[in-house]
Order: sequence, then C-alpha cells, then structure tokens
Amino acid sequence: MAAVHGDVHGHGHDDHHPTGIMRWVTTTNHKDIGTMYLWFSLAMFFTGGFLAMGIRAELFQPGIQILEPELFNSFTTLHGLIMVFGAIMPAFVGFANWQIPMMVGAPDMAFARMNNWSFWLLIPAALLLISSFFVPGGAAAGGWTFYPPLSTQGGLGVDMMLFAVHILGASSIMGSINIITTVLNMRAPGMTLMKMPLFVWTWLITAYLLVLAMPVLAGVVTMLITDRHFGTSFFNAAGGGDPVLFQHIFWFFGHPEVYIMILPAFGIVSEIIPTFSRKPLFGYSSMVYATASIAILSCIVWAHHMFTSGMPTVGQLFFMYATMLIAVPTGVKVFNWTATMWKGEMTFETPMLFAIGFIFLFVIGGFSGVICAIVPIDIQVQDTYYVIAHFHYVLVSGALFALFGGAYYWLPKWTGHMYDETLGKWHFWLSMIFFNMAFFVQHFLGLAGMPRRIPDYALQFADFNMISSLGAFGFGLTQLLFVYIVIKCIRSKEPAPEKPWDGAKTLEWTHLPTPAPYHSFETPPVVK
Amino acid sequence: MSQQTGHYYVPAPSTYPIIGSTALLFMGFGAALTMNKMELGYGLLAIGFAILIYMCFRWFGTVAAESESGKYGLDVDKSFRWGMTWFIFSEVMFFAAFFGALFYMRVLSIPWLAEESQVLGQSFWGAYEGGWPTTGPGEHAAFTPMGAWGLPAINTLILLTSGVTVTYAHWALKEGRRDALKKWMLATVFLGALFLGLQGYEYVHAYNDLNLRLDTGAYGSTFFMLTGFHGFHVTLGTIMLLVIYFRCAAGHFTPERHFGFEGVAWYWHFVDVVWLGLFIFVYLM
Amino acid sequence: MRNKSVATLAGVTALALYSSMAVGSKYNFQEPQSVIAQDIYDQHMMLLWICLAIFIAVFGVMFYSILKHRKSVGHKAANFHHSTTAEVIWTIIPCLILIVMAWPATKTVIAMKDTSSPDMTIKATGYQWMWGYDYLQGEGEGISFYSKLSTPRAQLENKEPKGEHYLLEVDNHVVVPVGKKVRMILTANDVIHAWWVPALGVKQDAIPGFIRDSWFTADTPGIYRGQCAELCGKDHGYMPIVVEVLDEEAYSEWAAEKLASMKKDSVNLASVATDVASDAEAVEAAEKDSDNN
Ligand code: HEA
Ligand code: HEA
Ligand code: CUA
Ligand SMILES: [Cu+2]
Repeated sequence: MAAVHGDVHGHGHDDHHPTGIMRWVTTTNHKDIGTMYLWFSLAMFFTGGFLAMGIRAELFQPGIQILEPELFNSFTTLHGLIMVFGAIMPAFVGFANWQIPMMVGAPDMAFARMNNWSFWLLIPAALLLISSFFVPGGAAAGGWTFYPPLSTQGGLGVDMMLFAVHILGASSIMGSINIITTVLNMRAPGMTLMKMPLFVWTWLITAYLLVLAMPVLAGVVTMLITDRHFGTSFFNAAGGGDPVLFQHIFWFFGHPEVYIMILPAFGIVSEIIPTFSRKPLFGYSSMVYATASIAILSCIVWAHHMFTSGMPTVGQLFFMYATMLIAVPTGVKVFNWTATMWKGEMTFETPMLFAIGFIFLFVIGGFSGVICAIVPIDIQVQDTYYVIAHFHYVLVSGALFALFGGAYYWLPKWTGHMYDETLGKWHFWLSMIFFNMAFFVQHFLGLAGMPRRIPDYALQFADFNMISSLGAFGFGLTQLLFVYIVIKCIRSKEPAPEKPWDGAKTLEWTHLPTPAPYHSFETPPVVK
Repeated sequence: MSQQTGHYYVPAPSTYPIIGSTALLFMGFGAALTMNKMELGYGLLAIGFAILIYMCFRWFGTVAAESESGKYGLDVDKSFRWGMTWFIFSEVMFFAAFFGALFYMRVLSIPWLAEESQVLGQSFWGAYEGGWPTTGPGEHAAFTPMGAWGLPAINTLILLTSGVTVTYAHWALKEGRRDALKKWMLATVFLGALFLGLQGYEYVHAYNDLNLRLDTGAYGSTFFMLTGFHGFHVTLGTIMLLVIYFRCAAGHFTPERHFGFEGVAWYWHFVDVVWLGLFIFVYLM
Repeated sequence: MRNKSVATLAGVTALALYSSMAVGSKYNFQEPQSVIAQDIYDQHMMLLWICLAIFIAVFGVMFYSILKHRKSVGHKAANFHHSTTAEVIWTIIPCLILIVMAWPATKTVIAMKDTSSPDMTIKATGYQWMWGYDYLQGEGEGISFYSKLSTPRAQLENKEPKGEHYLLEVDNHVVVPVGKKVRMILTANDVIHAWWVPALGVKQDAIPGFIRDSWFTADTPGIYRGQCAELCGKDHGYMPIVVEVLDEEAYSEWAAEKLASMKKDSVNLASVATDVASDAEAVEAAEKDSDNN
C-alpha cells in the first residue's frame, strides 16, 4: 500500500528503563502498556467466564442448584460488567496500544505517561468490582444495566460497582483521547488519513464514540449515586423524576458502547481478510464511510432497548426505523469483505479462520438484532433469552472471535515466535462448535418464552438449557487451550519468520523487524 | 510541520500514574464506605485525596519543568491542543447528561405525572398539577425557586468579565507585556473566586431562606446538581488559573509557546459557556 | 460443478432443518391467541425467511469463493479493489428489504398502541414479588385481588418432583371473557416489573409512579401463562402471570361469584387507589387475601 524510505530503526537502541516489576509499573512504552492491557483483559475474561460457568451450572437443570437467586443475580450482573468493561474493552485498547503507533509510524502514544495511568486505573476498578462479592449485602444484583429503582435498593456492593464504573470511565476517556491524538497528530509523513490501515480508522471512530458516550455514563452514575444517598429525585416519580429517564441516559451511552465493542473488531477483520486473500481490501473508502455512518447512527437508536417501557408511538417508530438503518452500512462491510475474498488467493491459517468465523456468526447476530429492532417482535423477545443469544452472537463470536483472530495474527510480531498452528486450528474449531451449541439454542428458548435473568425456569425449557450449559462448559474449557497456545508461543525458542504472512501490507510488517523492537519508528518513516 | 525535529518527546518511566491509581483505590473504597455510613470510609477517603493532591503537584510540576526545559517540540504542543480539545468535548457530554435530565423532566415526565389523573381517574398522585418549578407529586415542603435577576445575573456578569480579562492576559502574554499579563491573570483569578463566593452565599440563602435543598424534588435536584457541578468546574478552573498565574510570575511561557496558558483559558471559556446555558435553562426559564 | 451441487444440497438441507424447527412451538413463539400475537408471529416468520435468504445468498458467494479461490487449488489473486456499481447496488437493495420489513411492523405498532374504547379495563400492579389486579371498568368492575406463585417451595428446592406448571402457576388467575377488548393498565409499587403473556402478544413494563397501558383480545378460551419480564430483584423468576380466558357466560358467573365473595371478605381491598405509602400493609393484606381464597 505504501512505500517508505528512511532507516528501519531497530535494535541497537538502549532501552534505559527500570527492570523487574517496576518496569511494568512505571512504563511509558506503548508496547509494555499494550501487553499489560492484554493480560489484564485475559484475566478478566476468565473471571467473567467463571461467573458465566456459575450461571450455566445453575441453569443446567430446573430447580435451585448451586446459587441462591440473589447470588445468581449478582453473578449475572458482574458477568456482564466484567466482560464488557474488563475483558472486551481493555483487550481492544491493548490492541490499539500495540498496533496504532506501529501502523501509523509513530514512536509511541501521544501521552505516554497518561497512557500508563489509563491502564493502572483498571486495577482499582477491578478490585472494587470483584471484592464487592464479599461485602455485607453482596455484589450488585440489578443487572449490568443497573436500572433504578432496583439499583436504588442494594447496599455497599452497588456503590462499589458504581465507583468502579466511574473509574473505568475515566480510564476509557483518557485512553481514547490518547488514541485520537496519536492518530490525528503522530502519523508518519505521507500517511494521510485515507491511507491509514482500517484498524486505525475504526479505532479513531471508536475513540470518538468513547469520548462521546463515557461522560454520559459518568453523569447517569452520578445521578444514581445522589439519588441513592443524597435525596435527589432524578429517577423517582415522587420527586418529578422518572425511572425511565435513567434508561434513556444509560442507553444513550449503552448503545454506542456496543459499537465501541464491535468497530475495532471490524478493523481487525479488515486487516486479516486482505492479508490472507492476498488481495487489497475491497472498497476501502466505503469501509471508512460505513464505519462513520454506524457511529453516527449509533447515537440515535438507543431507545430500541426500551420498546416495552411504554414510549409514545412516534418514538417507537422512529427508533425502530433508525435501528434498522444500521443494517445498511454493516451490510456494506460484510459485502466488502466478501468481495475482498472473491478471486483472492486464500489460505486459511488460524487468524483467517477466526475472521471468517467472525463474519459468519456476526451476521447471524446482526440478523437477530434486526429482528429485535422490529417493535412488535421485540415486544415478545425483549428480556428473553433471544436477546441473550443475539448479543452473545455479536459479542462472543463477534468481538471475542475478532480478538482471537487478531491475537494470532499479531502474536509473531509481538513475541517474535510463531504460535502452534495445529493447536490454533483446534482452538478455532472447538470454539466454533461449542459456541453454537451454547448459544444457538438460546434463540429457541427466547422465542418459546424463557425470560432472562432468572435462576430457575419452567420445565419445557429444560432440554435446551442443558444443551446450552454443556456447550458453554465446552467453550470455557476450550479457552484454556488459548492460554496454553499463547504461553507456548511466548516460551518457544524458535524465532518467527520476519514476515510470516506474505500478504501483509501494513507498516508493522513491512518496516519493522520481528519481533518489533522496544522502540519503533523513533524517526518516522516516510510513506509515499 | 517544517520545524519538526522528528523526535517526539516520550517521557521516561514514571511513578505518578501508579500513585494516582493508588489514590483512586483509596477514594473508591472510601467513598463507597462513607456513603454507607461506615467509619473506615472517611479515613480512606482522606488518604486518597491526600495522595491525589500529592500526585497532581508532582505530575504537573514535572510537566511544567519539562515544558520549560524545552523538551516539548511543536508536535507535542499540537498533541496537547488535540488532547485538551477532546477533554473539553468529554466535559460537554458530561454536562449534556444533566441538561438532558432537566429537559426530560420538564418537558416529559412532569407533564406525564400531571396527566396521569386523567387516565380513568387512576393516579398515585391525586390532583398533582405539574408545572415548573416543582417538587414533584410526592410530599415535599414548599420552597421558593431561585430568582434569576439577583445574584445569578451578577454572577453572569462576573464570569463574562473574567472571560474578557483572561483574553487581555493572553494578549499581554503574546505581546510580551509580563506585568499586564500578571495583573490580568490575578484579576481573572479574583473574579473566579468572587463567583464562587457568591455562589456559596446563594446556596446558604437557598437552604436557610428559600427551603430549597438538594432533596427538593426535581427542581432541587437539577438546580443543585447542575450549578454544583458547574461550581466544581469553576473551582478547578480557578485553581488552574492560579497555578498559571504563579507560572507567569516565575517567568514561564514565551509569546510564541504557552500552551499551558491557552489550555486553561480554553477551559475557562468552556466553564463560561456552560454557565450561560445554566443561566438560561436553570435560572431564567 | 461438484462443489456447486454440494453447496446447493447443504443450502436446501439447512433450509429444511430451519423450517422444520420453525413449525414446532418449542422452537418458536407460542401459538398466538390474539390478533396482535398472530401479527407478530407472521412478521417474525417473514423476517426469518428474508434473513435466511440473505444469509444463503451472502454465504453462498463467500463459500463458493472460499472453495474456488484458494491458494491450495492454485488460484491466483486478482487485484481489483473497487466497483462503484456493486457498492451502490448493495447499499440500495438492503434499503428496499428494510422497507418491506418495516411496513407491516408499522401497522402493527399503531394497532398495538390503540388502547381506545376497551370493553373492560384491568389494572395490574407489580409488587416485589407478586401481582395485584383491580378490575376498573366493564363487567366485574370492583373485583380486586393479588396473585402469587403457588408452586410449593419444596419443588424449587428439588425435594419434591416438579409439577406440570412448575413456576408458571398462581393462586388467583386473572380471568377475562373471550373476544372482548381488555385494556391493561400497568403500574408498580416498588421497582419496575413487566407484565408479559406471550400467547396474547402483550408485554408492558410496569413503572412505579407512572401508569402505562396495553391491550389484548383473546381469541379462544383457555389458560395462558407468562412471567414477569423485567429484573425486579431476588424473586424476579417467581412472579408468573396466568390469564384464564372464559366464554362470556362463564365469565359472568365467575365475576358475580368473585364480587359476592369479596363483599363478604372482612379485609376489603376493593378500594381502587393503591396505597403507595403502606407497602407492608398491602403485602400483609395480600397474604390474608390469598389465605381466604
Ligand atoms: C457488539 C455488540 C452489538 C452489536 C454489534 C449489536 C448490533 C445490533 N443490535 Fe444489539 N445488543 C447488544 C450488542 C450488540 N448489538 C447487547 C449487549 C444488547 C443487550 C443489552 C442488554 O439488554 O443487556 C443488545 C440488544 C439489542 C436490542 C434490544 C433487545 C431487547 O432488549 O429487547 C436491539 C433492538 O433493536 C438490538 C438491535 C441491534 C441491531 C439492529 C444491530 C445491528 O447493528 C446489526 C447489523 C448487522 C446486520 C444486519 C448483519 C449484516 C448485514 C447484512 C448482511 C445486510 C443485509 C441485511 C438486511 C437487509 C437485514 N440489539
Ligand atoms: C461482553 C462480552 C461477553 C462475553 C465474552 C460473554 C461470555 C459468555 N456469556 Fe455472557 N453476558 C454478557 C456479556 C458477555 N458474555 C452480558 C452483557 C450479559 C447480560 C448481563 C445482564 O443481564 O445484566 C450476559 C449474560 C449472560 C447470560 C444470561 C444470564 C441471565 O440472564 O441470567 C448467560 C447465560 O447463559 C451468559 C453466558 C455466557 C457464556 C457461557 C459465555 C462464555 O463465552 C464464557 C467463556 C469463558 C470462560 C468460561 C472462561 C474461561 C475458562 C475457564 C474459567 C476455565 C474453567 C472452565 C470450566 C469450569 C468449564 N451470559
Ligand atoms: Cu417482577 Cu421481575
Ligand atoms: Cu442497542
């Protein structure tokens, strides 16, 4: 895509940084910080996954098995929060930290010290969330959406969760300001906006969404805290407020939030598909415009989560139409990926498998999204397992699969070693099978009338729940394989080839050695 | 772009972030415990604050020193500009949430509550009539709303004036008139402090004489939360202005390079604009 | 050639599988018992088919390419990366499809929202964790009772075998006449709940301090079960809704009987106004009420 002169900067540089633990605590290096983000998110993925296993174990059979209802609700709540804020989002920020400077030819992130703080803020937040299980009254149990007045009830655990969300929000805002600034100000000479790799584009737009949405979440969390403790009446009808007001503000954040979790995934997939098709990305500029349209539309569709709250008819119709429109730019992406593969010269290494798996399953999730967007149908499926199925298709086989694909794609660049291709393929196929086993049947559960967030269910739902639980256990165990593959890759003695993917065209592959040196592009390359 | 050295300044490893995170760890637990009336919380909160203030001193001190020693090239300067712009945008969105809540209540939920009695005579709220200002349909003591043309109008003038004085200071800085710069800066700080003093007085007045409190239903909630967060931002802004004043007095900044000054000035103007919004939608309408 | 027929075969099998799933009610919405529920059912089927068609088209192309355009069969990469015509086409066609989807939905939304001129009106109030019902207007006006889960605890705790309607049975059914437009008024006493009966196509949040409404007309007599559909705390899973639809005569009988027995009742709950203030009292009274029945 771009030719470059100038020196390929490299090894000989002295990396005067502290060693041992202090290297990680004090680091201002985007690669170190990226690594910490990635490990953190993996740890949180396992924590959230542990909670999911608890949920699935409880739902294995009808009747109360291992979790009392209140604890079950806490599991659900913290599973959602930890997966969203602890696993998926930090994982993408980790990718951004590693890749964006290398992909735009910058020496580091724009605000390297603040970058470190963005990461280390996650730790207090995670501690608040996890330790809330052990305080009197237990962890928050009002769902990851913490609707009042239910969340006005609860005790200490709810406050800990709310402050954790505050801190996570601060971290995200700083992180995204850093990303926006890096992309806008630190591109190598010649790297115009429309030459940027798509991953960088999607992150630029995601970061913009974050700066737009996270402060709104902070606002609504603040209102909830003052309602809980200082007698304000934002969400209390007796004082002229409205519980539904919370839902509006929350989803004004929450819907952009779900695209925050998918746009960088689109970016990763848009890097992988051309590489393994050995063909340039089809419709680069329409990909950029589609991403931007999704971001803009995502700000005017929030009330599709509230179709049963009793909005006026025009409101329902407006939000239905706006939501459906998102299918158009998303479709453009899917079609462009297909066209990129068309007449390519494809090989199917693990990253490509995950990318194709992503497209295949994400589209299923997208379709169930459109079905949810149809108001009359949503009246039936709202708050049922149909919605659970919808968003695990877009989040697990969407965001998470893209993350796996990206990890396999860039692991050689990051570690200097190749991962085990055979095991990688096993990881993919087992994930694929167990994922569908766990979540496909949830569509049927939802259609047939099983509500979400319940610890126990009527007998007609028993067999599908059992299948779902078995699939979930299998999926969870499969993820241990991923950890094994990553550790094996890091520990491996054999150096990876300089350029393991012959189709890769972005700067980190064309202009940096493998593994990428601690400091890359201290002198910016010139992109023609 | 032409003068760019190509070497972007990347700071050395630093302990400030972990200190800041420790502060927030204490503050997070401290605040949660405090709000649940647990003794331990106050101590944790205090420690957290202390650490945070320490961190701010050290961190910003370092930034000022780095800036003065010429480590920041023009590209770093530009990064700061982008960074500050997006930070202010995030602040705008934060206030937007509260303004949104205000509009929602006034335009939607309060009229709905008032209309309810017409749904088959069914209502929780008897003959609630709605309107604004209101405490909402529940039981609340009567109160007097805050008028617009007393202190708030004066405060508007004060803030607008301070926007002018900070601009004069900027001009002085650009023309190298350091004495005028310091004078105008001091004037701005003074106006900010005056605003805060008057705002504090207004709050006392509201509580003592108007029976207007944070828990006075919709009106009290939106009034105090909006003006309160604005006041909090003015406080921060005033402190930042004061710091810049001291930096000016210490001979920092050049007529060409003074982003520290400009960033704070932008922030101050933002606070100003938010106040205009408040004056119109909270006090006037 | 062989690949093509394999792909076709796979497509057809998937189709057949999918449609067979769609017929059994276990895999689909409950059998609709009202006009709205029927509309919803039909629209969902329509969307399912449209989505399936798009899915097969898109992935037909993609998998064809995956099979044919791979390095291992010696395919060499082309180098095109743009086609305005193609992009315009695949922007416009989805728009048209969306219009086809939105049109019937719009009509149903308008119908769903039309709660005017009902034959009778019932108010349902959500409590943590049961429902209160007040018949406000129409035949049976004045009837008022609470409705709670009646599955014994022992069944929940796996100490007894679970009954047929495990978790979907209550002490007092909401009884309505067949073929009459019933307007439901929803509100809640503590937190948000949602009143949901799938077969009747009604789901509406009950929001404390506010009043919302919805309606249904049941087509055939029978017993229809649903559940609270908004997380409302510990026992959110244990506040089902059971609607019993009777033919007109039977309903009149039931209503008369119910009214008479309520008059006799010492605890008179016929007062329509809900006592927000005395939550505890309401629960207590409800307990008594259900004992008496
Ligand atoms: C990554 C996250 C993610 C993504 C990408 C999406 C994508 C979409 N979502 Fe999803 N959604 C969630 C995460 C996500 N969602 C979550 C977490 C919830 C639940 C929150 C909670 O309550 O806890 C939720 C809930 C949710 C609801 C509320 C359901 C309810 O509670 O009742 C709705 C309703 O409209 C909805 C709609 C959509 C739509 C229309 C899309 C669209 O963007 C999908 C677009 C994609 C396609 C359509 C496929 C590709 C397109 C083509 C091949 C073109 C041709 C297609 C057509 C013409 C149809 N979502
Ligand atoms: C953002 C991403 C995300 C991800 C990745 C996941 C991943 C998973 N989720 Fe997720 N889920 C949400 C987001 C996510 N979820 C949200 C937002 C909600 C809504 C919450 C709410 O209602 O408030 C939800 C709700 C939710 C429910 C509904 C709960 C309810 O309504 O009561 C269920 C039920 O099956 C479920 C299951 C799973 C499973 C099985 C996985 C699996 O993919 C997890 C797999 C991972 C592991 C299992 C960890 C790794 C392995 C080990 C720890 C080894 C040990 C393994 C064994 C013992 C087998 N989730
Ligand atoms: Cu009531 Cu859930
Ligand atoms: Cu959404």
